Amino acid sequence: MLKRTAVAAVLGLGLTLSAGAMAQETIKIGVILPYSGPFADAANQLQAGIDLYIAEHGDEVAGRKIELIKRDTGGPAPDVARRLAQELVVRDNVDILAGFALTPEALGAAEIATEAQKLMVVMNAATSVVTEQSPYIVRTSVTIPQLNYSFGKWAYEQGIREAYTLVADYGPGIDAEASFAKGFTEMGGTIVGADRTPVANPDFSAYVQRVADASPEAVYIFVPGGAQPAAIGKALVDRGLAPPDIKVLGQGELTHPEALESMGETARGIITTFHYTLERDDPLNKAYVEGYTAANNGREPDLFSIGGYDGMHLIYEALKATNGDTNGDALVEAAKGMAWDSPRGPMSIDPETRDVIQTVYIREIQEVDGELQNVIVQEIPDVKDPLHGAAK
Amino acid sequence: MTDSIAPIESRDWLRRRSRWSPFEILFWLAALLPFILFPTYLPLASQIAIAALFAISVDLILGYAGIVTLGHAMFFGLGAYFAGIISVRGWGEPVSGLLMAGLFAGIIGYIVSFLITRVQHLALLMVTLGLGLLTYELANALHDLTGGTDGLRGIRTWPIFGQFKFDLWGYTGYAYTLALLFLCFLLSRRLVNSSFGLALRGIRENVKRMPAIGADHKGHLRLVYAISAAIAGLAGGLMAQTTNTVALDSLSFERSADVVVMLILGGTGRLYGAILGTIIFLVARDQLAGINPQYWYFGIGLLLMVVVLFMPTGILGFLARIVDRRK
Amino acid sequence: MISQIVIVLFDGFAFGMLLFLLSVGLSVTLGMMNFINLAHGAFGMFGGYVAVTVMRQLGLPFLAALPLAFIAMALLSVLIERSLFRRLYKAGELNQVLFTIGVVFVAAAAATFIFGTVQQVIILPDWLRGSVEFGGVRFGIYRAFIILVALIITALLVFGLERTRLGAQIRAAVDNQRMAQGLGLDVERVFAITFALGCGLAGLGGALAVEIIGLSPSFGFQMLVYVLIVVSVGGLGSITGSFVGAALLGIGDVAGKYFWPEIGSFLIYLLLVAILLVRPLGLFGKR
Repeated sequence: MLKRTAVAAVLGLGLTLSAGAMAQETIKIGVILPYSGPFADAANQLQAGIDLYIAEHGDEVAGRKIELIKRDTGGPAPDVARRLAQELVVRDNVDILAGFALTPEALGAAEIATEAQKLMVVMNAATSVVTEQSPYIVRTSVTIPQLNYSFGKWAYEQGIREAYTLVADYGPGIDAEASFAKGFTEMGGTIVGADRTPVANPDFSAYVQRVADASPEAVYIFVPGGAQPAAIGKALVDRGLAPPDIKVLGQGELTHPEALESMGETARGIITTFHYTLERDDPLNKAYVEGYTAANNGREPDLFSIGGYDGMHLIYEALKATNGDTNGDALVEAAKGMAWDSPRGPMSIDPETRDVIQTVYIREIQEVDGELQNVIVQEIPDVKDPLHGAAK
Repeated sequence: MTDSIAPIESRDWLRRRSRWSPFEILFWLAALLPFILFPTYLPLASQIAIAALFAISVDLILGYAGIVTLGHAMFFGLGAYFAGIISVRGWGEPVSGLLMAGLFAGIIGYIVSFLITRVQHLALLMVTLGLGLLTYELANALHDLTGGTDGLRGIRTWPIFGQFKFDLWGYTGYAYTLALLFLCFLLSRRLVNSSFGLALRGIRENVKRMPAIGADHKGHLRLVYAISAAIAGLAGGLMAQTTNTVALDSLSFERSADVVVMLILGGTGRLYGAILGTIIFLVARDQLAGINPQYWYFGIGLLLMVVVLFMPTGILGFLARIVDRRK
Repeated sequence: MISQIVIVLFDGFAFGMLLFLLSVGLSVTLGMMNFINLAHGAFGMFGGYVAVTVMRQLGLPFLAALPLAFIAMALLSVLIERSLFRRLYKAGELNQVLFTIGVVFVAAAAATFIFGTVQQVIILPDWLRGSVEFGGVRFGIYRAFIILVALIITALLVFGLERTRLGAQIRAAVDNQRMAQGLGLDVERVFAITFALGCGLAGLGGALAVEIIGLSPSFGFQMLVYVLIVVSVGGLGSITGSFVGAALLGIGDVAGKYFWPEIGSFLIYLLLVAILLVRPLGLFGKR
């Protein structure tokens, strides 16, 4: 043990020396994402958002150069995410941890942020509790209850009284089910049936048939992005479950660009809740979409991209506020209460919970200039995550 | 006449097998090097040690008893969840928690072994895979207990012996995992070089002959399966304790497949093959992913293909041949 | 109630037929050469990419894209079989597993590099979209199309196997490889042809699957488990087995999710384990 202590001391000394030499040089940001595996597309889009921000705003902040160090977790792997965070801190001497597309990975790395006292910017992972796991976590994406609680209320206000919920059987799906139902039933609505589909589910027909049997006024759907939105959308139409006979509600992934393209005409009338709307008519958003598609071979930005883009914005602004000081506490202080206009619309960081406060958009698929699009039918400004308050 | 000589010969043979070669001693000394030479790689080193322990557990059944499995993450995950859940429920003492996790996985392994020993070949592969996926779905369904896809929250592992805190650099973590790896290795080494280990090899080579010579081959298989499950559970428990995280991926098909890949890569039926394969796979992965986080598996894929084409007995088998030739 | 049972059977059968196309090739080649090709799903994946690409880039119709996916995968598989897999027939099952897993890795990386990580979309012609009502039950047209294609192919396979010279050779090689070789049959050549056919069918299945289950570089991994389940439940080397196994799996999956949604995700694995414990060789396996 004595030897171990001695080694640690020597290394510690080496570390401080090199840290001293590093000062005033580059600021290192460790980006932890599932670049490979089933969530590679999310990581890719998020990274493209980060890259776009750096391309637009230069790679120098407060006189110091920004360097990204990318690390792959290879899928939902919290133990790997934690190890990578550890290594980024002790080996690469990063100043800031960022990325985190998946909740379990954010939870896995949270302890490291606390221990190393580094700012940790969560750019996607959308479960409420994430920001409560470390005082150094700031989130720039969205939380699922934030979107769906107000959506449930809104649905009731639109005259819907009975709804059936159909969600993917995993953390985010269950959160979505609970918060939509909460908002909806608090107003006086009734949930007439609730089913959960396996996360990796290649065929929805059975579940959709169950919904058809219940013939509710509205069906609320939550499935992970990727192939499932289009699959479930088409399964619904095959059963005759389409607007205007039944209201189809869901979170924004349901009508993301690829899903829309695949669903075609059948998507008409689907109503979704989201924090980012690609088609939103706004100069900032227009410029963002243009820049993004130009840099990415025509691929359009999605929720992951905007999380990465705004995450970088937060890092840049916080660094400006501290004048390049990368001390974790100083950066978190700078981030608290920060407010800005993002391509998604006005947003800010709640000084109490370090979570994002933003406008929730309710959109309906309508035809615009001969093309089906998400058209915003209602804006609900300054929505906070409803669960953070509830816990206190 | 020969009957009276044979037992002595076999005992001799076993004794010879269990003697330590200089290579082995060197290998274990080298395992201490990361403390001094690569202290910033200690978190990776402990992840490798955990995976190596898991691979050893698979080698016991695959390499020595011929049970090919695609579902061993079941026991890894059970151990991990057990250690994690008792920590969340207020018992964060690592050593006792780990032993309980191993015991739990071992008991489940013994129960499962009654199913496993009924089937062979493809059916065996698929039954292990099916049971593994059932466990995965079960953990997802028991959301309140396991935390579902978000993973288990609130694991706090106390310092080892109340003395050594798990530190950011991973000194304690690696010392702890390496110690466990070494202990389990000793146990496995003794096991495979015993008459029990010989009987297992007999089963692997020819199942039909074993009952004919009066060996209770199913009993042997059940026992080794339970031991293997227990070791896998220990590995899972170690992961939970050293990283304070457990999520569904600990039970996943990918983890089951990866461990088999690492084992075959190193070479089966040699114990050291499990360790070496794990080191090569995970270090290559870490280095390749460091170069390009998106396409690293291209390199891994090539590595696997090249090894099969040029080293059909695994990397360790290849090395052993070279050493033999030199002699 | 009856209409619900009908629709569940229909949907399940359609899904099963997709699985049948994706796995029948593996079943036959595994039964013949004992060659464990875990990269079989990767051929399905590239088949899907071929279909998507020729439709997008060349503007070919969907019906032309399907045979192209078949042909492209059959050709690719001949190349790979002759250059790489051929060396592995005597290498032992563990080495085959390791090697073909390596191929899956490389294939996934190549797909990511060429096509990106994005979910691919296939635009069906109008006549394949939507549903038709028949006796008060709505049937998805595309699902009916999948069933039709699968039935035609099954008929061709069964006919070919029973009535053609190649079919007889294949049957001989599956039943007893050594004997067939001893009788002067060029088993390797027969195997190469079978392998190409099987991979072509996987490619066709992949192209048909894009609309139902999507397509991304992880397709090969995703489908691996399903394909293995079909092969083991059906029994090695048997077209009938794969057909029944796939249909059973598809119907069991959909019916289970419909009638008992709480255990929906467990059901196929329970089925798998139960069937194999009772019949370790699968439903139609001979050895």
